[in-house]
Amino acid sequence: MTAYILQRLIQSVLVLLAVSVVVFFAVYGIGDPIELLVSPQVSQAERLALIKRLGLDLPVWQQYLTFMGNALKGDLGRSFVHGVSAIELILARAPATFELVLLAMSMAIAVGVPLGLLAGLDPESRPSRIIMAGTVLGYSLPSFWKGMMLILLFAVLLGWLPTAGRGETVTVLGIQTSLFTLDGLRHLILPALNLAIPILALVIRLVAAGAAEAMTQDYVKYARAKGVRAKRIIGRHVLRNILIPVVTVLGIEFGSLVAFSTITETVFAWPGMGKLLIDSVYQLDRPVVVAYVLLATLLFVTVNFLVDILYAALDPRVKLTGEMA
Amino acid sequence: MRHRALLTILLGASLLSAPAWAQSLRIALASEPTAVDPHYHDLTPNNALAAHIFDSLVRQDEMQKLHPGLAKSWENDGKNRWTFKLREGVTFSNGKPFTAEDVIFTFCRTLKNETKVSDSFADITGNFASVEAPDAHTLVINTSNPEPLMPNLLSALGILSASTVEHGAISYDVPKNCGVTGPWPTVNGFNDGSLAIGTGPYKLKSYVRGSAIELERNASYWGPAEPWATVRLLPVTNAGPRLAGLLAGDYDVIENPAARDLGRIKDDKRFGHVITPSTRVMYFQLDVARDQSPFVKSEDGKNPLKDARVRKAMSLAIDRDAIVKRIMDGAAEPAYQFLPTGMFGTLPNPPKLAYDPAAAKKLMAEAGYAKGFQLTLSATNDRYINDSQITQAVAQYLTQIGIKTEVDAMTRAIYFPRRAKKEFSVALGGWGSGTGEAASFLRQWPPTPNDAKTLGGSNYGGYKNDEFDKVIRAAVTTLDDAKRAELLQEAAKLVLADGAFIPLHFESGIWAFKSNLTVTGRADQYMLAMSVKPVAN
Repeated sequence: MTAYILQRLIQSVLVLLAVSVVVFFAVYGIGDPIELLVSPQVSQAERLALIKRLGLDLPVWQQYLTFMGNALKGDLGRSFVHGVSAIELILARAPATFELVLLAMSMAIAVGVPLGLLAGLDPESRPSRIIMAGTVLGYSLPSFWKGMMLILLFAVLLGWLPTAGRGETVTVLGIQTSLFTLDGLRHLILPALNLAIPILALVIRLVAAGAAEAMTQDYVKYARAKGVRAKRIIGRHVLRNILIPVVTVLGIEFGSLVAFSTITETVFAWPGMGKLLIDSVYQLDRPVVVAYVLLATLLFVTVNFLVDILYAALDPRVKLTGEMA
Repeated sequence: MRHRALLTILLGASLLSAPAWAQSLRIALASEPTAVDPHYHDLTPNNALAAHIFDSLVRQDEMQKLHPGLAKSWENDGKNRWTFKLREGVTFSNGKPFTAEDVIFTFCRTLKNETKVSDSFADITGNFASVEAPDAHTLVINTSNPEPLMPNLLSALGILSASTVEHGAISYDVPKNCGVTGPWPTVNGFNDGSLAIGTGPYKLKSYVRGSAIELERNASYWGPAEPWATVRLLPVTNAGPRLAGLLAGDYDVIENPAARDLGRIKDDKRFGHVITPSTRVMYFQLDVARDQSPFVKSEDGKNPLKDARVRKAMSLAIDRDAIVKRIMDGAAEPAYQFLPTGMFGTLPNPPKLAYDPAAAKKLMAEAGYAKGFQLTLSATNDRYINDSQITQAVAQYLTQIGIKTEVDAMTRAIYFPRRAKKEFSVALGGWGSGTGEAASFLRQWPPTPNDAKTLGGSNYGGYKNDEFDKVIRAAVTTLDDAKRAELLQEAAKLVLADGAFIPLHFESGIWAFKSNLTVTGRADQYMLAMSVKPVAN
């Protein structure tokens, strides 16, 4: 176990290093941020002063080394556009994204697992067919269009929920969250639903496929023959066996939702991290983009690691050893 | 039964929101200010936000005409000396009185602004040889070089309160730190509200990046009181959700809905809208200098864009009325010069740039390009209203006179750096005049660049006309308004005749709002709560 964790740690550092190189030079390659930051009216002297202030007068490899040097001290640079530390900027947006993703994931699991079981245990029934057809739709509708439709239906036509933006927030354990106010929840429902729909579809399909397959397995037949009640077979034996792929997929989805729920955040004007990323890319705000992608990579590495550990908990056959990785 | 429940909910909601409405205003912004600091970054949304909180010496109205602001009057001695008489009895939102000291402090701060991204204020104040205050409400500025646009330039400079820093006697002595003993204001101080002290009609209540900016009425404002006790500015960058929010009643006013979506609210009594021509001109800038241009391929191997007849033909080939009607959905005005007619220094009757493909073909034949040539138009696809569609349309028009034209549209993050490196042959441009007069375009784009890049800073096409250079250089230092206007008109005529810049249209700003409000559209495209008034009933 210790050897395994150590190996994973070394891998993670290498991944982060590689990502930092790729992103840093890629953003550098797109173009010169000065052209976007400086009004053309500004005199040459003022322009050169800004280039110097941002450190853009140095050759790119030197800029990278400076960046890495500061990064090792925990400083990922200051945003060109906002003038504050990139990490600070990203972390200020993190609670909004996390609460959105948490709610979306909870919705997807709470609804997806029962519906998936329903569809998997009796695949020929009418409700099952409707559910499975629905999942195709849920997974394939583009997020942007779906978001607009949700706004049109629930906000414009029915007037039940607000169209966009984040609601009232309260401070819980030092974090600004809108999960615990009525206004906050009302604002959360639509964007969370928009994020949840494709994951919901995914969960249903995974659970349904797993359940259908598990029902034909020998251990289920044996349990039945032994006279175990159907509820216990499903809850204790089937569900436990089919949760492994579900946990894997949800782990990856969690990471990508937190890091890249850009479209939903844009449509619903949600002040989260995804929107910050897209704005920063448009502005060539390199410190923010690089810091963002590094944080996202860190998140993915961590989530994958946790998923591996969860595996071991769910499936006694899985042993975490150094060789396995 | 369900219907009744729904009705109850709706009625309840409207009853709840009615009293709140009368005092508060919710505005959805198309783009978000990046800071509260008025000297942080010279961007339209930043300047608009600053105008709520900070007054300037001179105020621009919705047509960018100048009016007294914190200065009651100003005069120039015909040379480099400007005298401003300041308004008396004005206080900052922290209760401190406004005096000449605050103005001098503000001037100094533009030169001591360590946290800014970029602005042109340091270029303005850098020209001040001396600034003196004979008394608390008089200010005398002597410039090093003549600056006829002094009042226009100062209309963009928000005045800060010297009481926000530790200081001794304030004087315009930059090497001696102007008498300031404590640290100079930084952008974070403005964003957290501690330094956001101005004399404007509103005060900053809170600023949450990405989420909302809350303003409240400044009770001690020197002008007529604003009708709104609180104003919420909400950034909703996507046009679709912005309009949906207005329809659903979440916002009272929205900035720039897509013109094609206006049909949705046109016949709805609950909403109104206003379309106001802006000073932003859209145009193509042609590479007229190089013998080989990167995106031109002609049979004779030369650059046809160097030939004035070809450029004239290209302009004649474009149906500006059709572009305005079909692509801009009417939310634009055809442009025959570089600033709307009627503004300072513009031609009173610019000749119409007519659509005449037959004449265009004839000119092409005369120039020796009867068979045409190949050309690529370069454009942004996310900066100006319908930028890539406009370029597509122009490409079609040019193809009709034999120029086989393609379009290369890209995101602004790629486009602007490439254009600055002169990588294009024909580049789409957009320019709004911050000063509201004709020199803004004419000094920036067509002149031969000077070393400081204060003239011709954006002359990427290498246009050079010695006579024009002479006229524009004279114009920007002529203090006499009538004479300057004449020179600017002459300069505009010369540029138009050479055809190195082909104007297309002026973008219009659009505002949509609830019908119990009126909104005055602004030529500078600022979204101001001060432009919104309740309809008297």
